[in-house]
This record gives sequence, structure tokens and C-alpha cells, in this order.
Amino acid sequence: MSFIQYLINGISLGSVYALIALGYTMVYGIAKMLNFAHGDVIMVGAFTVYTLCSTLGLPPAVGILVAVVLCTCLGISIEKVAYKPLRKAASPLAVLITAIGVSYLLQNAVLLIFGADTKAFTSVVPIEPIKLADGQISISGETLVTVLVCLVIMVSLILFINKSKVGQAMLAVSEDKGAAQLMGINVNSTIAITFAIGSALAAVAGVLYCSAYPSLTPYTGSMPGIKAFVAAVFGGIGSIPGAFIGGILLGIIETFGKAYISSQLSDAIVFGVLIVVLLVKPSGLLGKNIQEKV
Amino acid sequence: MAMLEIKDLEVYYGMIQAIKGVSFEVNKGEVIALIGANGAGKTTILHTITGLLAPKKGTVTFEGKNITKVPGHKIVSMGMAHVPEGRRVFANLTVLQNLKLGAYTRKDKKEIDETLEMIYKHFPRLEERKNQLAGTLSGGEQQMLAMGRALMSHPQIILMDEPSMGLSPIFVNEIFDIIKEVSKSGTTVLLVEQNAKKALSIADRAYVLETGNIVMEGRADTLLNDDSVKKAYLGE
Repeated sequence: MSFIQYLINGISLGSVYALIALGYTMVYGIAKMLNFAHGDVIMVGAFTVYTLCSTLGLPPAVGILVAVVLCTCLGISIEKVAYKPLRKAASPLAVLITAIGVSYLLQNAVLLIFGADTKAFTSVVPIEPIKLADGQISISGETLVTVLVCLVIMVSLILFINKSKVGQAMLAVSEDKGAAQLMGINVNSTIAITFAIGSALAAVAGVLYCSAYPSLTPYTGSMPGIKAFVAAVFGGIGSIPGAFIGGILLGIIETFGKAYISSQLSDAIVFGVLIVVLLVKPSGLLGKNIQEKV
Repeated sequence: MAMLEIKDLEVYYGMIQAIKGVSFEVNKGEVIALIGANGAGKTTILHTITGLLAPKKGTVTFEGKNITKVPGHKIVSMGMAHVPEGRRVFANLTVLQNLKLGAYTRKDKKEIDETLEMIYKHFPRLEERKNQLAGTLSGGEQQMLAMGRALMSHPQIILMDEPSMGLSPIFVNEIFDIIKEVSKSGTTVLLVEQNAKKALSIADRAYVLETGNIVMEGRADTLLNDDSVKKAYLGE
């Protein structure tokens, strides 16, 4: 019985990672850059809901809506101010280092406003846990909602990219910005839309993460951010279903590692698995590796 | 009035001047060839015309409008398409997805479908392979796709950069036949080529480019028989 409970806990944790990883992989897949500040956008989303709902007592729906709008604007602004001017820079490292800088900027800005002490986040999910097998197994409302939201977002993203005109433009930009421009695609606004979507997802992920793990600090986003990055690489970075599968697997591995091996070593196990996967299949589980003709 | 007029164009890569004051014009319905050796600046000129590069001096005028400062993505909808050097098809997308992206700026679905039919008629091979990933096509087929993709925008003028590069002689002939057809159907063509003989054989007029300057211009058949051109570019 405890095995099944651990599995459910793993899927619960994993679906949060998957949700964050979807944003990571989307931005990487289209803009070809790792937005290390993604995790901190999650934290900003969670603080927004905390302020509006836990402090001001507004209904959760309002809080979530505001958080999504705020994070979307934040994502677009970060891209415009910090990344876009560097898009033509000689080294891709310039953008990567800037992303790390943005990450610290967000953490410290929130630290300045809210202070360093841990805030108790009130869950936005009103659903009671489901008890199975005479109460030996319990599935929390947060788990159900997170898994469901994650699935819906994944399917919507896949449909959006493959069926919509903007989605096709994104694929074109991800392959060849110059050629995309020759098709009449506005590369800058396409990348801005990508960041907007990624950041909106981050807001949702932040709210659900903090509903499941209700302690909030300015550094709350950084570890799940890194784990979600691992999940995205694990599943094949740039691949949307890959991010989902990678996230779920990572959550399960972490939970089993904690339960059966050692709770101190669980993070080491997670990153160890990443190293093994990269050694065996460098493009990740679902990563594409198409040889291009020159 | 010329359809496309380039005036005193100067383009730099950092400190290095690649184009040193080039002027030329393309009239409606013409096939114009821009020939010259590697590094003469042919591709740079095309990139400047379609906004991938910004000139330091000079103007590009298209249909009487100064487009020098128009952002690159707005030029397609004005009626100018560009088939880039090295084809640059979207390798991970299907042939059909590539073609549809070519019509990105157009709105009327029916018109787009008509153009698609027309392109399938020009390039039957593309219809056969419409669901195949572009990266799996042969070089010649990719060139056809790049041309088809550009034509999907229904341009008044098409700029082609080295369409024969890296192709087998059979494909080269086929590509040049298609360029002739495109021209006949009313699209103006500006062709950049290292294969000077082929380019001159289908062009009306031509400009010879050498290290960023136009050194010779004239009717294509005259240049084809010019001794210095023969010596430098036709290997005779």
C-alpha cells in the first residue's frame, strides 16, 4: 500500500515539475535560450496570489488571474529588457549569464518587499482529499488539479503549436530566424509571445506548487526551477510531451529515492539519473536528433 | 520608373566595407543577373534589399517607395520574396508546412490554395512529398521547395540567391527552366549566381560585381560574348 501512496505522491510532485518544465522547454524550443529566471517567475506568481488571497482575502480566482497577467507582463519585460538586446551577441553565454542575473534580481526584489521569513501559503484548491482502500491511500485535491491542469496545458500547447498560425511561426523562428523573417514573420514579437506563454504557465505552476507545498520564501522558485530544467532535459529539451514525461518521472524518482533510499540523498539521485540519461541518450528521452543537410 | 532601384548602396560588416557604393535597377518583367566571384558582395546586396542587413548609406526603392528602413518582415507583404542562399528550408517541418509558411502574410484561404495548386503544377515533386520532412529532401528538391515557398507569397519580384549551388547538372538545368517559367508567368526576377554562363543565358541584363563594386553592366547576350567576362567568369 505504501508503494502506491509513494507513487501518487511522486506523480503529484512530478506534475508540478512537468508544469514548470513545459514553460522551460517552450522557451528553449522556440527562442533557443535557457531562461534560468523561469523558476523565479513562479515565485513571483505565488507571491502575487499570497498577497491578494492570503493577505487581502480576495477570492483565489481573482488572485490566479492577476498572477497570470502579472507574470505574463513580467516575462515579456524580462525578454525585452534583458535578453533581446543580446540576441545578436557573439556568445550564447551572454544571455545565459544575464538570465542568472535576472533570477537573482527577482529574488532580491521580492526579498526587499516581503522580507526573508517564510510565509504560509493558503491552498487555492478547495477539493477534499480522496481516500481509497479504507483510508490507507489518499489523493489530495491539489494532486488531482495539478495533474489535470498539466495534461490540459500540454495538449493545448501541442495543438496551439501545430495548428495555429502563430504556432507555425514559432516553429519557423526556432529553426531559422532569418528565413522566418523572409516569410514575413515578425521574429521579435513571436519570441515575445513565447515568453508570454511560458511566464503565464509559470504563474499557474507557482500557485499549484505552493498549494501543495505551502511555504513561501523569495527562494521558493529556485530549486523547483532547477529540477524542472532537469526534467525538461531528461525528457528531451524542446519537446513538449518530453517535458511532461520527464517531469512526472523525475517526481516519482525523487519520491521513491526519499522513501526507499535516503531523504538526504534524494536530490543527488535525481541529478545522478540525469547524468545517466545524458550519457546513454544525450538528446533526452523524446529529444529529436535530425541530421540537417548542408 | 524602375520597379526596384538600388542607389549608392554602402554596407559594412563591422569595420569592413563589403559594398562600396553600388547602384542598379530592375525593371518590371525583367530577369536581371548579378554575377561575380565568391566574396564580391552579391549575397550582401540581396540581404540588404530584403532587410536582413542595414546599409550604412544609400537607398533601396521598390515600386516608388523607399524601403531602406522598412523592417525585414514587412517587405514580403509589399510583394518581394527572397529565396536565400543555401535554401534554408525549415528542415523539421513538412513540405506543406514550409509552403504554408511562405504564404504567412496572406489572409485569403482560397487564394492561398490556388497558389498552392499553381506551385504543385510547377513542382510536381513537391506535391508527391508534401507530407515529408523538408530535411529529408535532396538538395535539388530543397531548392525547389525554397523557390515554391517564396512564390507562395505571390510576389511581384523574386530574389534568388545562388539557386544552382551544390546541385547536380541535371537539377541545375531543371532549376533554370523553372526560373524561366516563373519569369514568363509575370514575376520579375533578380538572380544572383556564380554560375555566370547559366545566369547570363536566361537573363535580359546583367551586372558584374567585383569586391563590392559594379565593374560592368549590359545586355546579357553582350556580356556572354565579352572577352573579359569570358576570361574571368566563364572559364573560356
